[in-house]
Amino acid sequence: MGTLNSTLSSLLSSINQEISAKEQQKIRDSIVSSIYSCAEEISRKAAHHKIDRRFELDQKIDNIITSRMFGIPIMLALLGVILWLTIAGANYPSQLLANSLFWFEGQLTGFFVMVNAPDWLHGVLVLGMYRGLAWVVSVMLPPMAIFFPLFTLLEDLGYLPRVAFILDRYFKKACAHGKQALTMCMGFGCNAAGVISCRIIESPRERLIAVLTNVFVPCNGRFPTLISLSMIFIGGLGAAAYSTAVATAVVVLLILLGVGITLLISWLLSKTVLRGEPSFFTLELPPYRKPQLGRILIRSLLDRTIFVLMRAIVVAAPAGAITWILANTYIGDLSIIAHLAGWLDPFAFLLGLDGIILLAFILGLPANEIVLPIMIMSYLSAGAMLELDSLTALRTLLIDNGWTWLTALSTMLFSLLHFPCGTTLLTIYKETKSLKWTAFAALMPLGTAVIVTFAIAQLAFLLGLV
Amino acid sequence: MNVTDKSLCTAAAYEAFGLRLSKNQLVIALAGNPNTGKSTVFNALTGLKQHTGNWPGKTVLRAEGTFVHRNKKILLVDLPGTYSLLATSADEQVARDFLCLGRPHAVIVVADATCLERNLNLVLQVMEITPKVVVCVNLMDEAARRGIKVDTEVLSRELGVPCIPTVARDGKGLTELKDAVLDVARGVIVTSPRQVSYEPYVEQAAARIESRIRPYLPGWVNHRWVALRLLEGDMSIIKAIIDHLGNGSEQLLLQEGSAVWAR
Repeated sequence: MGTLNSTLSSLLSSINQEISAKEQQKIRDSIVSSIYSCAEEISRKAAHHKIDRRFELDQKIDNIITSRMFGIPIMLALLGVILWLTIAGANYPSQLLANSLFWFEGQLTGFFVMVNAPDWLHGVLVLGMYRGLAWVVSVMLPPMAIFFPLFTLLEDLGYLPRVAFILDRYFKKACAHGKQALTMCMGFGCNAAGVISCRIIESPRERLIAVLTNVFVPCNGRFPTLISLSMIFIGGLGAAAYSTAVATAVVVLLILLGVGITLLISWLLSKTVLRGEPSFFTLELPPYRKPQLGRILIRSLLDRTIFVLMRAIVVAAPAGAITWILANTYIGDLSIIAHLAGWLDPFAFLLGLDGIILLAFILGLPANEIVLPIMIMSYLSAGAMLELDSLTALRTLLIDNGWTWLTALSTMLFSLLHFPCGTTLLTIYKETKSLKWTAFAALMPLGTAVIVTFAIAQLAFLLGLV
Repeated sequence: MNVTDKSLCTAAAYEAFGLRLSKNQLVIALAGNPNTGKSTVFNALTGLKQHTGNWPGKTVLRAEGTFVHRNKKILLVDLPGTYSLLATSADEQVARDFLCLGRPHAVIVVADATCLERNLNLVLQVMEITPKVVVCVNLMDEAARRGIKVDTEVLSRELGVPCIPTVARDGKGLTELKDAVLDVARGVIVTSPRQVSYEPYVEQAAARIESRIRPYLPGWVNHRWVALRLLEGDMSIIKAIIDHLGNGSEQLLLQEGSAVWAR
């Protein structure tokens, strides 16, 4: 019997070798399509659908929205429209909020002067904490309050599973799982949630790829940073008429870059440490639903906007105070922040950043929401006490501190690609149960961010663009 | 042919899958797409007599339960919910290996009446491995609500196996399902499962390979099915068969099995 088994196994492997891999693929496709058409034929005879107009309409919409020709353009157009509305709509309320919050700062200062409070207390509480908060609220709240309801609207309509369907082809080419697109959509909300959602991918190899690359989708905490920076800086560069369009285009391109890098890294991982073939899956496209506007508003405003804002405020208030203290405690003739930033400066300049920006990213590890506030606080506290009461003033502040379009671009790229926040890293550890992969999940994006910003900055320097 | 003898015959095969069989027990596998109410069917049939664990060597959850129908003891093995048996995931591999090598006395495939077409893909693939299939067309109420009418008589005729309409949540149709399963398992109902006809060049190539492997494979393996898997280069099932035959207990059965199952 033993000989029978070895004869069998050598026969089978010789048969296997007679057929080329390409032929096998062709036969596999043919077999699958024969099964499908047989199932279709039987189902046509045995199941009778009462014609449901709504269902038919869904089918017609799907045929256009998920088609090869229109799928991606429609997706980009929707993304563009949402971001355009956000950027165009956020400008005025941001201005209004900044004006009123800084008017109140004046009142607070008046109060502190009136009660003869010591300068350091006024510094920590008003110039540190309150200002930090005021910037978080006025810069981040309006874009969030517009973007999140719009994004939730798409979610409610049932568009997101279609995105997974459209992108499936590309993920397969990257040897990754099509459901990764869904985990990326979750990542738009929060990378930690995105990492947890990777559980929907059955194959451990593809799940790990999705976990490791989720950070390349800008989350709640980074989206406002990207939008604000492009609004304040990039948008302000061009002619006023086009500024919103330019700012929108920059954010769309950044997201596309994030998706591109996700695919590239997935492919690289599949070819090196996580070798393997993509697996098949069935994705059920839910019917389109009429969105419930009231619920969308409540859900996106409460669940997302307020949640993110609260998180930002909780971290930003102490961070503002600490930053003020760091910026106003002098060792020798330089503040601590200046020391740290000066130490980081040489490396940061290579990436098109400066020491303070890099320091803000490092200090912002607990929550990405506070990176921009820390940056602003550091510039403000370190510099002269200029009156900062509007978004235009913020732009002036950045330019005064040596910002160019390259600095803004590098900051946005670094924000898009750098290591995930502390919560996400903790979640990755919980999901993978491996310190090795958690470290990789932090270092791999950091490496990507350094390489990309370095390349772009050096190219800009070389071509004399800055 | 006496069913009881056959079940004794294959007791070793079940052991390889971590199943312990009592005397005269019939083994029925429960397959189906995810979200078809497969678990509801499983719970409705077995009640509280359940046991959960893992498939040997896999991190795939397995549930098994027992029930008695018309004085016959039945062990129901819940396979992982899958859309196909292409074996691209651990779930599909477990389901396929058990259907092919575990040799259950019958297989229930739970199908969702609201999207019959997609569910039939799995039914057709299961019927390629074993003829002893009963289709449980579940969620009939949900289908009716959506304006879909499934004619199970036409379906039975087209598929060549019994198709039983059920609403497992309300316990509707379960007695009929158990009757049909028992009849198929004991050979009272002889099925003639519809075989998918492939493109001529695939069929011819499969036939050629089939004649080459026939002398070396035990009779209870569907040769055409193995030939098709070889054609599409899926070596995982081949490896599973060889490993399974490598089990000492199974080798003794080889000759006997071929004799009993000779077609």
